Amino acid sequence: MSISLQETRVSFRQGTDSLLRRRLLHSRVFRVVCLLLTYSSLGILGILMGSVFWSSLSRLAPDFLSNHYSMNPVRCGILAGIWGSFWLVMLTAAFSIPIGVGSAVYLEEMASDTWLVRLIRINLSNLAGVPSIVYGILGLSAFRPLMLSLQTVFDGTRVVNVMGLFRVRILHLEIFDGSVLIGAMTMSLVILPIVIIASQEALRAIPSSIRVASLALGATRWQTIWRQVIPAALPGIATGVILAVSRAIGEAAPIMMIGVLTVASMCPGGIETPLQMLQDPTRLIAVPFDQFTAMPVEIYDWSKQPDPQDRFTAVAAAGIVVLLLVLLLINAAAMIVRARAGRNTQW
Amino acid sequence: MTSPVSFSTSISRRHEKLIRVCLFCCAALSVLTTGAIVYVLLSNAIYAPGDKTAFFERVSLTEFLTSAQWKPAEGDKGRFGIWPLLSGTMMVAVISSLVSIPAGLGAAIYMSEYAGARERQILKPVLELLAGIPSVVFGFFALKFVTPWLLKPLFGWLDVKVSIFNSLSAGIVVGIMVTPLIASLSEDVIRSVPRSLREAAHALGSTKYDVCMKVVVPAALSGILASFLLAFSRAVGETMAVAIAAGGSPMLALNPLEGSQTMTGFMVHASTGDSAADSISRMSMYAVGITLFLLTLVINLISGWILRKFREEYQ
Repeated sequence: MSISLQETRVSFRQGTDSLLRRRLLHSRVFRVVCLLLTYSSLGILGILMGSVFWSSLSRLAPDFLSNHYSMNPVRCGILAGIWGSFWLVMLTAAFSIPIGVGSAVYLEEMASDTWLVRLIRINLSNLAGVPSIVYGILGLSAFRPLMLSLQTVFDGTRVVNVMGLFRVRILHLEIFDGSVLIGAMTMSLVILPIVIIASQEALRAIPSSIRVASLALGATRWQTIWRQVIPAALPGIATGVILAVSRAIGEAAPIMMIGVLTVASMCPGGIETPLQMLQDPTRLIAVPFDQFTAMPVEIYDWSKQPDPQDRFTAVAAAGIVVLLLVLLLINAAAMIVRARAGRNTQW
Repeated sequence: MTSPVSFSTSISRRHEKLIRVCLFCCAALSVLTTGAIVYVLLSNAIYAPGDKTAFFERVSLTEFLTSAQWKPAEGDKGRFGIWPLLSGTMMVAVISSLVSIPAGLGAAIYMSEYAGARERQILKPVLELLAGIPSVVFGFFALKFVTPWLLKPLFGWLDVKVSIFNSLSAGIVVGIMVTPLIASLSEDVIRSVPRSLREAAHALGSTKYDVCMKVVVPAALSGILASFLLAFSRAVGETMAVAIAAGGSPMLALNPLEGSQTMTGFMVHASTGDSAADSISRMSMYAVGITLFLLTLVINLISGWILRKFREEYQ
């Protein structure tokens, strides 16, 4: 602030009493301390990125992306983790975005102030503070038995009569313990509070004049929400939702709890390249029920690998580089959405 | 003449009601989630319906709260005292607070009181970036960088032995992780302190330091304390970084240079282990889980209470 700067200059020129000079020195030191504390986090970010990149150099090669897990650190790759994380995030987004945005619309646009709505609001803020590993316990003890009980339906022997005309045999699906579906259901619950809060903020940023104008022209409540409010809030919602979903990529604790593979040499549904997806789309049906691993889980395993020569350090570091690159791309996408939207809106 | 209009509105009325109910169900799912978490924890830890036996039906609460050892792997002969895990968690959380409170508060004061608009536009995204880095990455950083390149030379110079897995490195990285949380929450409350307060203090001859530490920070104190508590509860619930860096040996010794095990670290360990689903070592996970859930819930509730109770209102 300009006031204090002037004050400093004046007092030093006049050479006033030593007490004031000491206080001003104090003030300057304080400023430098705050500055150092702030920029130290920038420095730590640099050191972290630098040290990870440096340790990854000996394993950062194209075949790291296309190889499976191997006991030999020189051949060990992250392919299973990339596909696992991809399917996990896709399913998590499919569950959490409609539910999360729907909740936010209800709470912001429709809900009246009843005790039930107040309960939902209080509960939401508490839920956001629950450690992610606790959701893992929920996945482990609630979703997993649920899925395994589905196994009896999809054992390939059941036949259903459709209106007495057709007899349809229910297809055989192997439902695994730590499947992508269970992981995604658990992860959705982890990020749901974040999705809801981010969407609420985006909706709150829309001025009420838009709603009032729409209602005055004879639109119903839902028409106003669907045709005016949501389109206007969409960039804000998209930014928040993208960032929330990106949390699911880096999160390992909840899916560790449901019994995800730590060492995997298979991809969900056996899909190892995008081309295989097009050649044999039936494989997609098996994906949600298949076992999987995810990038952060593999990184955890590699970091803990007891290796006297420390050769898995480079593998773990290379995994982190891939993970951070993915996150960086997603963050950049969110920033572009935010920047483009900021250009067009004027209110 | 009016009948087609009223007909179509009645359709859309019904439609709207249906949409409203659907959206309400979405919102109510969060309450259901909390209910399910509480049910799962209670039914496995305290009282199990049906023919299952819950953890506290096999192990007494006195054992859980007074025993100084945590040895669940030995089955029914094992010891189930929560203190080794609780002390490990607290040690990591306290060390992380020692790192994150000065760094976070310093950054918050700098960004709101000193930095210009341009500088803040750079600093805020960088802090967001730091907050977005996954927990496993910090675990790797602690194990492969902080311990061998920072702590070992430092304490080796003092002739003190540092183990590969230690609570200090875990606490430091968790502190780095939660610093952006304190910085952004505190900055928000510091910025909301009205400008007139600062101007009045300056007019009375205060230096910038006096204005910050004796006027602005006390005025925003409730929000700042609330952010410290939220960061503490985040550190208590932090899992992957701690599971990698702190190691897996539950000990009641409060030596930050040695390995310990936290509550979260134990839970990851127990779930990846190959013990049977209803074994006592597996069931002990729920007892630890309920402790963790209650601990973080209480800290968060206190944080919210401080924020409401001691908020300074300005017109």
